[in-house]
Amino acid sequence: MSEKLYVADRAIVIPGELIAEGIEFLPSGKAFRDGDKIYASTIGMVSVKGRVVKVIPLTGRYMPRKGDIVIGKITAVLAGGWSVDVNSAYAADLPLAEGTSEFIPRGADLSRFFDLNDYVFAEITNVTETKFVKLSASRRPYRRLKGGILIGISPVKIPRVIGKQGSMVKMIKDASGCDVVVGQNGWIWIKGTPETEAKVEAIIKKIEREAHMKGLTDKIKAMLEAKE
Amino acid sequence: MGKHAGAPDKLIVSGKRLDGRKFNELRPLTIKAGVIPNADGSCSLQLGETQVLVGVYGPREVFPRHMTIQDRAALECIYGMAAFSTSDRARPGPSRRSTEISKVIADALAPAIMLEKYPRTKIDVYIEVMNANAGTRTAAITAAAVALADAGIEMRDLVASVAAGKIEDELVLDLFEPEDNYGEADMPLAMMPRKKDITLLQMDGNLSPEEIKKLIEMSMKACEEIYEAQKAALKEKYKVSSESVEEEAEDGAA
Amino acid sequence: MEQLKAHIIALLEKGKRHDGRDAMDYREVSVENNPIPRANGSARVKMGNTEVIVGVKLDVDVPFPDTPEEGILMVNAELMPMSNPDFEPGPPRAEAIELSRVVDRGIRESSCIDFGKLCIKPKEKVWVVFVDIYPINDDGNLLDASALAAITALKNTVFPKYDEKEDAVLYKELTKKKMELEFIPILTTFGKVGGHLFADFDLLEQHSMDARLSISCLPDGGIAAMQKGGFGTFTEEEILNLVDLAVIKGKEIRKLIK
Repeated sequence: MSEKLYVADRAIVIPGELIAEGIEFLPSGKAFRDGDKIYASTIGMVSVKGRVVKVIPLTGRYMPRKGDIVIGKITAVLAGGWSVDVNSAYAADLPLAEGTSEFIPRGADLSRFFDLNDYVFAEITNVTETKFVKLSASRRPYRRLKGGILIGISPVKIPRVIGKQGSMVKMIKDASGCDVVVGQNGWIWIKGTPETEAKVEAIIKKIEREAHMKGLTDKIKAMLEAKE
Repeated sequence: MGKHAGAPDKLIVSGKRLDGRKFNELRPLTIKAGVIPNADGSCSLQLGETQVLVGVYGPREVFPRHMTIQDRAALECIYGMAAFSTSDRARPGPSRRSTEISKVIADALAPAIMLEKYPRTKIDVYIEVMNANAGTRTAAITAAAVALADAGIEMRDLVASVAAGKIEDELVLDLFEPEDNYGEADMPLAMMPRKKDITLLQMDGNLSPEEIKKLIEMSMKACEEIYEAQKAALKEKYKVSSESVEEEAEDGAA
Repeated sequence: MEQLKAHIIALLEKGKRHDGRDAMDYREVSVENNPIPRANGSARVKMGNTEVIVGVKLDVDVPFPDTPEEGILMVNAELMPMSNPDFEPGPPRAEAIELSRVVDRGIRESSCIDFGKLCIKPKEKVWVVFVDIYPINDDGNLLDASALAAITALKNTVFPKYDEKEDAVLYKELTKKKMELEFIPILTTFGKVGGHLFADFDLLEQHSMDARLSISCLPDGGIAAMQKGGFGTFTEEEILNLVDLAVIKGKEIRKLIK
C-alpha cells in the first residue's frame, strides 16, 4: 500500500492531473478520487493539510452554495416572491416571506419591495441537489440596494477584493467614501458619486487583473490616495 | 485515389515528407489559453498552418429550452470554417460536413466532462477554423479541451487529438494538406491521456488491421506529447494566480 | 441597466467615461497584417478588448449585367457566438447584415477601389472580391474595428494567378499584383446617451446608449458614407459636429495602417 503526494503544496494543477495516491488521503474542493488515486477536476492550486488534499479552483463561473452571501438582480416579480439572477446558470428564488424584515401581506404589490432590475443583497439559505436555489434578505445586513452600479469580476478573485479579514474592501470604502457590497458570486455593488464609483470600479478591475502580484495592496492604497 | 491536376509527383522524397518532417513527427504546435475575454474559457491553437479558435460558454442557461436535461448539462459543439480559411472561399454557414464534425467533436469531449455536476444547464463550445491545412477537427478537439479547462468546467481529464494516415504505403503522423488530399488513408483519433481511453476514432481510406494497430499506437503516443503542450499552455496562463490564492488559503477569508 | 445608464451619463456630464477615457478618446488600437495565410489579404484589429479578423478572398466570375466591365465587391460579417454571450449561432441576422453593409458602403462609395481595374474580360470575367468579417471578441464598436480590419486586409491583398484558358484561379501561385487602393477611407462611430456624444463605445456603453452615428471619411476631408443606428435621435448640430470630429479621428486612425 503506497501513500504518495505527486505534487507540492501550492502547485498549480490541471483537470485529470494526478495529485496523490493512497486510501488515507481525503479529496476536497475540486479534487476527486478514482480508485486509490486523487486527481484534480479543474485548474486549481493544491493545498495539503494533513490528510486533506484540496484543489482550490482558479477559474470558473459561480455555482450557488448554501450559506453564500450574494448580490442578485430581480428578473421577475411573481405572486409568491421574486426570481433573482445570481450570476449563475441557476436562477434563485426569493420567497415572499424572506423578502424583508417587514411583514408583507398577501395580495400586496410586491414590486414596492423589489422591482424588476433592482439589486438585492441576500444570503443563500438552501441549494437542492438539482440546484434549485433559495435566498433570504429578511435579516440584517441583507436588503435592497438602491442606486449605485453593479460590476462583475471572476468569483475566484472575490477573496482578494475582500482581503484578509475584510481589510482590502474596508480600505477601499474608507478612502473612497463609497458604499461597497461584495457578493461571493462575483458581483460587487458600488454607491457614491459618479466619479468615486468610477474610481472604485477601476480599482476593483485592477485587483482582478493583478490579484497574483505582490505589492498589490500598496498599489491600491496609492491609487486610492491619488487626487484626480 | 488517382493523380489529379495539381497533385505533387511524390509525397515522400529521400525518406522525408514534403515539408521535411519525419514520419512520426508533429508539425510545430502553439497553444494559448484565455484569448477571448468575453468567453468563460477560450483557446487559440496553431498546428503547422492550421489555426483554430475556440470559445466556451457555460455552464449557462439552456437555450433552446427543449435541450434541457434534468440531471446533467447539455453539451453542444459547433464547428465552422471561416470563409477565408480554405483555398477556395468556403460559403459561411453549416454544411453536412461541418454538422457531422460538430457531432463527433461533442462525442470526443463529453466523456471527459463531468456533465452531471451541472444539471439543467448548457455548455456551448464554439469552434472556428481560421486557416485550414488539414487536421482541423483534431486541432479543434485539442483546443476545445483547453478552452473547457480554461472555463473551469470540471473534467475527469483533458482530451488530446491527432490524425495519422498512410501516404505512399508509409504510415505517417499529422497529415498536412497534400498528404490529406493525395494519401491513401486518414485516421483522426482523440484520447483522454490518463487512462488512454479513446474518445474519437474515424477512418477513411484503405488500411490493414496491422496498419490500424500501428497508427493507433503512433497517434496515442503523439497525443501524450500534445497533452504536455495543453498542460503547459494552461499552466502558463494560470501560473501567476497562485500568490493571491495563497493568502486566501491561509486565512480562509470569504 | 438603468443605474448603469445614469452612471454613464453622470460621468459624461464631466466629459469622462467609466474606464477613465475622455469623451472622444479611442481605446488602444492595434493592427496586425496578414495573420491568415489562406486569405489573399487579411488583418487583425484590436480596439481595446474588441478584436476582429477580416480575410479577403479573390475569385473570378461573370460580372453583374448592369456593370459588365466592373469587378464585384461582396462584404459579409459573421457575428460569431464565441465573441459575445448574446450572439446565437445561425444565419446572419439584422445586426450582422447592417454591419457588413455599412462597411461595404464605406469602401464602395469612397471609390478607393477602381472596379474597372478588376475587369479581366468585359461582360465575361471579372475579379470578385470577398471581404469576410469575423469578430473574435465583442467589447463594443464592432463597426469601426471591422471597417479598419477590412480596409487593411484589402490593402494587404495580393492577386493569385488566374489561368484564363482553364478558367481557374491558381491560389497557390501568387502574382506581384497588389490590390490598389487610391486612398484609405476610415469609419468612425459615435454614440449618444442623455444628450452626450462619445467615440468608440465599449460593450457596456453600447448597451446603455440611445443612438449611434457612423461616418466614413476620406483623407481629403470628404465624407463617403454615413449610418445612424438605434432608437434615439440626433440634432442637425450634433451631426455636423460629429462630421468634423470624424475627419479628425479618421486621420489619427489612418496612421495606424502600415
